[in-house]
Amino acid sequence: MKASYGKLMMWFFLLSDTFTFAAFLTTYGMIRHRHHAYTGAADDFTFSTAYWPIPEKVFNAFPGFHGVDLPLAFVALMTMILILSSVTMVLAVEAGHRMDKDDVQKWLLWTILFGSTFLACQAWEWTHFITGTEEGLQLENGTRFFGANLIANQYGPVLFADLFFFITGFHGTHVFSGIVLLVIMFINTVNGTYQRRGHYEMVEKVGLYWHFVDLVWVFVFTFFYLV
Amino acid sequence: MAAHSHHALDDQPIGEIPKAQTKGIWRVFIILCVLTAIEFAFAFFMSAGTLRNIIFIILTLFKAFFIVGEFMHLKHETKSLIWTILVPTALLVWLLIALISEGSYYGDAVFSYFK
Repeated sequence: MKASYGKLMMWFFLLSDTFTFAAFLTTYGMIRHRHHAYTGAADDFTFSTAYWPIPEKVFNAFPGFHGVDLPLAFVALMTMILILSSVTMVLAVEAGHRMDKDDVQKWLLWTILFGSTFLACQAWEWTHFITGTEEGLQLENGTRFFGANLIANQYGPVLFADLFFFITGFHGTHVFSGIVLLVIMFINTVNGTYQRRGHYEMVEKVGLYWHFVDLVWVFVFTFFYLV
Repeated sequence: MAAHSHHALDDQPIGEIPKAQTKGIWRVFIILCVLTAIEFAFAFFMSAGTLRNIIFIILTLFKAFFIVGEFMHLKHETKSLIWTILVPTALLVWLLIALISEGSYYGDAVFSYFK
């Protein structure tokens, strides 16, 4: 196949990882189908456990704009940051092909920066999701519930929050592992390990992983936030 | 890929670094941004429904094609590697669709039976 052992194994690992995320998306599809869809006008939408929430009514907060309805704005920013990190990763791989140590360092640093920014954004989004909005959800016993955890949430059916935590959490864990790998790549590049070895194939392998993480986000974004 | 990544080094004396070829990379970046922007346009200006979901899925597959093909370089690998990755993925997509459609039907049937 004219691919080195390491790269081939990375491809096979990514294929196996695809199975994991496919399992998540299947679960999401099935569970969502089991719940009623909201049929009323979008403007009259209120949180209720009776039907699956409209994503743009749940994810409409933006840091610094408290109480302003900005549907999907923050997740759009997160998507852009992750796509940008993917671009800087390809640029690092391209610099590696040219044996340009300085450029590899520069682009790896940018990728680490964008990746960490994405994780920070996700941390904020989780915090907001867990804390909840001011209105909360009126419960049957007269009390109000704010935010979400694994057994109760104000946005809709319990499983909606469970799936949010599991799917975005699993993706976030992948991003975190990616950043750890990128930091190792950066240290090795600075030390000249790959320059002495005569090639930057290791950067390429980590690049494959990083793009895969971006690819997973593209699907999570579509199925969790848009559909 | 690794096999011919050395060539650039062999041809060049140490110390002289060829110029970066980044035009194609930024082109893919623009395409991904435009596709994402179109997705948002549909999310806001079209009411939810099966047709909108199909549009989302098609746009997502286009994005996946560019990420895997260009960024992950699969388009430029040998045929055997391309098929080694694509065939299991295609089977997986089949499995996914089958599980969701059959599973939903079975779930509905069981649910109605016990109602």
